[in-house]
Amino acid sequence: MREYRKDEPVDFAIVGTGAGGGTLACKLAEYGFSVVAFDAGPYFRPLEDFASDESEQTKLYWTDDRIVDGANPVQMGSNNSGKAVGGSTVHFAMVSLRFRPEWFKSRTLLGYGADWPLDWREMWNYYTEVEQALKIAGPVNYPWGPRRPRYPYRAHPLNAAARALARGCEALGIKWTETPLATLSAPRGLAHPCVYRGFCVAGCSTNAKQSALVTWIPRAIAAGAEIRDLAMVGKVEVDQAGLATGVRYHREGAWQFQRARNVVVAGYAIETPRLLLNSATAKFPDGLANSSGLLGKNLMVQANQAAWGVMEQEVRSYKGPPSLAITEHWNYDDKGKDFFGGYSYMSQGPLPQLWANTQLSAHGLWGSRLMAEMANYNHVVGLKIVGEMLPQEANCVTLADEVDQYGLRIPRITYAWCDNDKRLIDHSLKFMTRALQAVDARDLWTQEDDTCHLNGTARMGFDPATSVVDADCRSWDIPNLWICDGSVFPTVGGANPSLTIQAIACRTADRIKALAKRGEVEARAYA
Amino acid sequence: MHEGRKIPQTQSRYPGYDVLSKSSGPSWNEQTRRVVMRRLSTRREPRFFTAEEFETVTAIAARIVPQPASRPPIPIAALVDRKLHEGVSDGYRVAAMPREREAWRLGLRALEAEAKAAHAGRFHELSEVLQDSLLQRMESGELNSPEWGNMRPEDFFRRRMARDIVLAYYAHPTAWSEIGWGGPASPRGYVRLDFDERDPWEAAEAKGGDDASVRRVNRHVR
Repeated sequence: MREYRKDEPVDFAIVGTGAGGGTLACKLAEYGFSVVAFDAGPYFRPLEDFASDESEQTKLYWTDDRIVDGANPVQMGSNNSGKAVGGSTVHFAMVSLRFRPEWFKSRTLLGYGADWPLDWREMWNYYTEVEQALKIAGPVNYPWGPRRPRYPYRAHPLNAAARALARGCEALGIKWTETPLATLSAPRGLAHPCVYRGFCVAGCSTNAKQSALVTWIPRAIAAGAEIRDLAMVGKVEVDQAGLATGVRYHREGAWQFQRARNVVVAGYAIETPRLLLNSATAKFPDGLANSSGLLGKNLMVQANQAAWGVMEQEVRSYKGPPSLAITEHWNYDDKGKDFFGGYSYMSQGPLPQLWANTQLSAHGLWGSRLMAEMANYNHVVGLKIVGEMLPQEANCVTLADEVDQYGLRIPRITYAWCDNDKRLIDHSLKFMTRALQAVDARDLWTQEDDTCHLNGTARMGFDPATSVVDADCRSWDIPNLWICDGSVFPTVGGANPSLTIQAIACRTADRIKALAKRGEVEARAYA
Repeated sequence: MHEGRKIPQTQSRYPGYDVLSKSSGPSWNEQTRRVVMRRLSTRREPRFFTAEEFETVTAIAARIVPQPASRPPIPIAALVDRKLHEGVSDGYRVAAMPREREAWRLGLRALEAEAKAAHAGRFHELSEVLQDSLLQRMESGELNSPEWGNMRPEDFFRRRMARDIVLAYYAHPTAWSEIGWGGPASPRGYVRLDFDERDPWEAAEAKGGDDASVRRVNRHVR
């Protein structure tokens, strides 16, 4: 791996190496820019470092102190936050969905949320690029939305949990399909196909999972980027002129400084606003890139409610990726909805610790009732949504007074569901309950308080008063400061965000290259 | 759907299945063996909890995840102690709640104060009925000793105490065998994925009246 001097400016210092930062580091390096990408977590080598064990693999999660509050406090940690090179793609469930085209103009076309400054037709091509880069395994024909190219790899076989989803959909007269997944269904280079061990959200120990760690990052290094791991960036520095000059980071027990012509913040929707708020100066007292006052606001998680039941047959949903089948029916069909937005739902495969904690925290079981319910583990079947929550300014990331192990103020994450969110959840739970009844599952119950994914907090938009960055992920306030991760989403849709984050990163890299050629981005590569 | 087939509700639904019999086979890689064996050798003496706290945690764990007397118990309190000693964190907490170690200390102190006030005894000395009653009142937020401080009893129950206990229990191979989970699966993984399909290296389930033959099958799970 090439290494850069700290005292000479690189073209891009990127904070975070997940779906946003990892992808961007790769693309920018391949375009000839000098790149150092920082991650607070370690550079794991899955074949040597990963065990088949839920407890051990909590080492992949971001578990630094954070405070959650509001009417519906968000579960963090394992649920949505990664601290490793590759970010949370190292432990994501690999579900790789395109947005419904209308969502990019949901205010204009659907009457809610905010429009994106991006055109879905342009995004369609970037989705294709990412699907090819990750060799997504998906169905021959996707049942919803405009035509898309064939997925590069064939779909994975269905497990019993996925078959239950399929049967339920067919009984209720809606479409389903094999979930497009970022795990190999055929060999790729030195990597074997997925062996269906089912530990996906605890990290893939065989490298079948096409995380940023095994896709974009090796490409980035091959193209000359440096990945600086175990480096916690605590501050983006700016000069008197109001331009970013580099990043201050904690590594090997000391604070250090990397000079850079451009800084990209890609820490996901909590750490990104936290870093920019913690970087406040006299010139920018409310934090960097915050003249709109919107930095940290409009945090959006996604609804992640579930219906669970017990089948007569053995399901053994621990085998295979957890979500092998999906329906996006309620993302694309708006008829009969009493809410804005949409949701998909997928089959589930919780491992024992996750399942036991779900029974405890969401079903309220402990003692002999918990033990009796856990005995049904191999017969459990479940359907879980990824549902759209609406942007609200009151849902936000701010700084608490307490500090973490680096002496940096920790984030306070405030969240409350709005009435629309509740109506969507209610609709989904009723529908999924019918779907489970249709396959003769018994002892049905609903899990009502789970959420997933993190978006918003630095939304992209059309003007500096109502957004933090422009369509190119460039901050309105500081021209050499960029934000490239899920933070820039104005809305979230009812689809997992990772494919869209990566598509935006690919687009941003193309835009940076074009702007640099015109002299509108400072970079030695195109000087 | 086979209406007549009854799922047995006993502890021996997977008779003779021991997930550890796979530990030297192709479902367990070296990293996994190392991690699980280290867990199995967790020392029984507390390093984080005081001796008195440890008694309380042991008693609480026996109510949250009651274990059959027919096998050696999973040392739940010791596993929770190790987690706290090593400083493993969830990575988030509700605003009124301190971090893991402090929450445990505070919660145990408050529970003992409640036990003393209501029943003039220490928690681990109370009958199971009284213990359950205190835990239920903690779960529903009815306890109100000043010892709780700002921490809500129901938050301590659901977000910290019972959570850590349940996670410790299901981190143990004995619990994995009990529920018939396949356990660690790298690099071998699985092949047969459909309804009622079982790989030869998975637990066979007794369907009632077939215990002896199922036990024979499970003896060969490697």
